[in-house]
Amino acid sequence: MDSIQKNLLEAVAGFHEIPAGAYNIRANGKTDSRNTTATIDIVSKKDKQGIDIIIKPGTKNESVHIPVLLSESGLEEMVYNDFHIGDDCDVTIIAGCGIHNGGDKASRHDGIHSFFVGRNSHVRYIEKHYGQGDGMGEKIMNPTTVVELQSGSFMEMDTVQIKGVDSTERVTRAKLGDDAKLVIKEKIMTHGKQTAKTSFTVDMDGEGSSTDVVSRSVAKDDSHQIFYSQINGNNKCSGHTECDAIIIDNASVSAIPEITANHIDASLIHEAAIGKIAGEQLIKLMTLGLTEKEAEEQIISGFLK
Amino acid sequence: MIELIDVSYDVTEDNSDISILRDINIKIDERFVAITGPNGGGKSTLARLIAGIIKPTKGKILLDGKDITDMSITDRAKLGITYAFQQPVRFKGITVSDLIRLASGKDISVSDACVYLSEVGLCARDYINREVNASLSGGELKRIEIAMALARSTKLTVFDEPEAGIDLWSFQNLIQVFEKMHEKIQGSIIIISHQERILDIADRIIVIADGKVTAEGDKDSILPEMLNATGDCRFIRDPECARV
Repeated sequence: MDSIQKNLLEAVAGFHEIPAGAYNIRANGKTDSRNTTATIDIVSKKDKQGIDIIIKPGTKNESVHIPVLLSESGLEEMVYNDFHIGDDCDVTIIAGCGIHNGGDKASRHDGIHSFFVGRNSHVRYIEKHYGQGDGMGEKIMNPTTVVELQSGSFMEMDTVQIKGVDSTERVTRAKLGDDAKLVIKEKIMTHGKQTAKTSFTVDMDGEGSSTDVVSRSVAKDDSHQIFYSQINGNNKCSGHTECDAIIIDNASVSAIPEITANHIDASLIHEAAIGKIAGEQLIKLMTLGLTEKEAEEQIISGFLK
Repeated sequence: MIELIDVSYDVTEDNSDISILRDINIKIDERFVAITGPNGGGKSTLARLIAGIIKPTKGKILLDGKDITDMSITDRAKLGITYAFQQPVRFKGITVSDLIRLASGKDISVSDACVYLSEVGLCARDYINREVNASLSGGELKRIEIAMALARSTKLTVFDEPEAGIDLWSFQNLIQVFEKMHEKIQGSIIIISHQERILDIADRIIVIADGKVTAEGDKDSILPEMLNATGDCRFIRDPECARV
């Protein structure tokens, strides 16, 4: 792995070298390195690009890292990663994609992550997306996440895209069984002429299922973001979706929440707020000695924390 | 020492000028000065003028003899002016510890930040990592606002009605914070307040009503006058009206 790739790895996965536990590092379209454990197996797909991650029932307190690095300008790939998580597991999955594009051709990573979560399992899924490089070529990431939660399972999804991704279209679709719970926290910041489109569809099919889909985003310069969320309550369930966005300069944000109750005991809420930074917040921080720019940075970094 | 020389502040509404403050001349170099007077008299406007949030229509503001009239909020803060808001601001994601750290201007430890919270009667452990958002009550926000002023500990601190939004029982404890500040402070504290116990510990009381300084002096000369004043409202004075 070269130094550019190491930096990308640091940005998306928080480490330079080999992580503990199971991992699969993919660099420029190929597997760079892999480690499996007694309870977590990783197998390359035979018919297409991607891997199967198989986590045995009862696996607790283990983690899987599956970072993807692209440093070759013009590389475009489509990767399928399937996670089969057995019953009664408690695991953390850290995915991330870093693109360094120093050339003039677009680099693109499209990934489809499918999660099949067994009964009473708890999965924490963390995904960081990051782009860098001075080339004119675009850095494009289009992640799709498909989630199937069996009864009593709980999945937390934290996704972050803070810097450098020119264009993204994020799709998340989930189906929840009885007493299953899905909590999604998305953080996005766009600048320049970047665009980000994010859409969530959650079907709460199971009795007692619940979901909380929260997006916080900051759009700067001439960037544009669209947030769609569709929550369907098909049984006795509770759902909440929230989009909270700050716009700066000439940026624009659209928030389109949609909630549908198909059951008398479905309880659904949506909230959406878009606006510039409140003047009084800037003033308060300036009375502490910060410049207007420093105050703005503090407010944004707190907002996206 | 803060000095306001012939300061006036007007606003324009529906094409006519409305005078909020007129020809204010105040010099403060005591440790503890209370500004009081009826609501809508211009007290908060005076605080905002000192902090630089608004600029006077006329007149000058000096800090230790230096003309700060045209100086920005940030530069005044750096020179040593602290302003505790009457209605504290809520944020999303910014924590109590972030604000105390920013207020102190250095990378203080969590335990140092906790000291300031404890001083204003908040259990530090419960609050230090809380977000300063709508989940905090008005009274909690006011205490955090005061803790930030303590963390800044500058040569001039202006508190705008610190008692507003704090229940009476908590205020009894909070008064000790100001009594302690009165003893320890190196610079000057200006407190805009209606509370007799705050006025009691002030070195001087300035009364602002209808945009002007109407009285100033020590509490023995000002308080009796304040308690007798009912203003010009004939509904209060006229027994006929009072019965309506």
